[in-house]
Amino acid sequence: MSKNIIDVKNLSKSFYISSKEPGLKGTIKHFFRRKSTSLKVIKNVSFEIKEGEIVGFLGANGAGKTTILKMLCGLIYPSEGSILVSGYLPFKRKENFLKKITLIMGQKQQLIWDLPPIESLYLNASIYDIDKFEAKRRIKKLSEMLEISDELFIPVRKLSLGQRMKSELMAALIHEPNILFLDEPTLGLDINAQRNLRKFLEKYNKETNATICLTSHYMKDITSLCKRVICVQNGSISYDGKLDQLLKKLSPVKEILVVCRSEEDAKRLETSGFSIKNKAKNEITIQIKNDSITSSLRTIINNFDIEDLYVNEPPIDEIIGKVLIKNDYDF
Amino acid sequence: MGFGNKKIYGHGIMNPRKYLRVYTKFLHTSLASELEYKTNILIDLITSILSLIGSIFLLSIFFQNNKSIGGWEFEQALIIQGIYTILNGITNTWFNPNLTEIVKHIREGTLDFVLLKPIDSQFYISLKKITPSGFLEILLGFCLLLYCIKINQITINFSFLTLFLITIICSICILYSLWFFISTTTIWFVKTWNATEVLRSFLYIGRFPLNSFTFSLQIFFSVFIPIAFITTIPSEVFLGLSQFWKIMLEVFVTIVFLFSSRKFWLFALKFYSSASS
Repeated sequence: MSKNIIDVKNLSKSFYISSKEPGLKGTIKHFFRRKSTSLKVIKNVSFEIKEGEIVGFLGANGAGKTTILKMLCGLIYPSEGSILVSGYLPFKRKENFLKKITLIMGQKQQLIWDLPPIESLYLNASIYDIDKFEAKRRIKKLSEMLEISDELFIPVRKLSLGQRMKSELMAALIHEPNILFLDEPTLGLDINAQRNLRKFLEKYNKETNATICLTSHYMKDITSLCKRVICVQNGSISYDGKLDQLLKKLSPVKEILVVCRSEEDAKRLETSGFSIKNKAKNEITIQIKNDSITSSLRTIINNFDIEDLYVNEPPIDEIIGKVLIKNDYDF
Repeated sequence: MGFGNKKIYGHGIMNPRKYLRVYTKFLHTSLASELEYKTNILIDLITSILSLIGSIFLLSIFFQNNKSIGGWEFEQALIIQGIYTILNGITNTWFNPNLTEIVKHIREGTLDFVLLKPIDSQFYISLKKITPSGFLEILLGFCLLLYCIKINQITINFSFLTLFLITIICSICILYSLWFFISTTTIWFVKTWNATEVLRSFLYIGRFPLNSFTFSLQIFFSVFIPIAFITTIPSEVFLGLSQFWKIMLEVFVTIVFLFSSRKFWLFALKFYSSASS
């Protein structure tokens, strides 16, 4: 049983946010007398993450995912509650703590724009007290894992977004951290680059047993990497558990397209008590509860003359997406 | 610049060898970045030379009808110009590329990367970049000072060099602290470009002897914005006119400025909320 590496208890964070009325009058008013209100963006959040786990943080824009992530890596001071990451209080940003973690943000970059990534890598190596030979070994290893080589010697400004992201990852991982915080790492990448990045993270996790906390709006990132998800809604955790259980909860039925050999069979199937979604000639789409899929399929195959049959997985992006946008969803 | 071997927030004891290694890398990467744009360097170099010629020309116009201004003759005022040129060179080499970047770091949220590095954040953001064309200005300033030594018939000895070095280092530190202090306020106000521009304008005032201003302005430039300390005191030392208490006062002001800018930075970081994604 692996130990907890992240321990969060009753965490809250409030920000002062100023609002402005529209128009010139509002602008002048805003300039002279700024109306600020305290807004609690994270409300009494508690969770634990075990060593080696990959956890996905799901939530709509502004739900509080990034704020939680930034509090975990020590960038934002919590207003209330406690956080312990690898035995450290993150906001103290002790040197040994910083050597254990890394933050990768899809929309921000740390590489030196006018120089090839290799220069930034050696600079980071010196910051992390890694000698030249060790740095060279790590760069070689990471470049093999990420399948990047010649690009390391081309100025960053001339690289594609995918190549840049790979180089960013190398810069963020040169000190071999064992806790990775990733904030929308696949933002703007094409499908192939997204897949490569996911493959790399999976491999990195397997090889180093690193803990990964990930936020992403691409559901594929979450579904292919994270067994566990934490859903954040309006600053509170609305679900913390296994992803497959969440999907079962959100989508308790599967759709099955049955193509009958004759229209007669199709009519018979229509009246046999299944929940029908669509019917077109001898093609019928029925909805079956997840827990009775096997028995229902057996009934259909044994009692009807079937030409073809398709079990459609629910479109995860849509299901989770809808739930996250609809803040009133009750888990 | 105040990064002594002491315990600082978040990083324990500093390791001077590591910091030297990192600084060498900073020098290497920023020189390499600048050398990517050759024309820009050439333009900067030409600007530095023209700016010095322009300043001396302006000074000579002031002295055309007056033998002395505020008790300073043209040959002596050239010393102030020389010190100003050195300081301006240092500003262009280190302060301008780094401290204006703080505003960008805060606005765009890339300060996150700096704060998560196991290195002192003030060291990182103050020294990461250099603009090599500023070196020419520093060199021109020193050349001008050498010329002033000749025309003012100054004898160079050990105590002269030590005192001059102390006062010029103090000037650099005061200027750095002031600039850093203003840049730090970005954490609350987000946009403070104008404030640093005002500081640069005040620095232009440092080209003229403090005595040439009215009494109230002399007080203002000594107490509120210590431009007087920055150029006038090293120049007085250069001419052997400075009293000991003035040098001590400059050292004291330097320590206060460095210490408070450091504390202010650490205090401000507690309010840094990072730009939202």
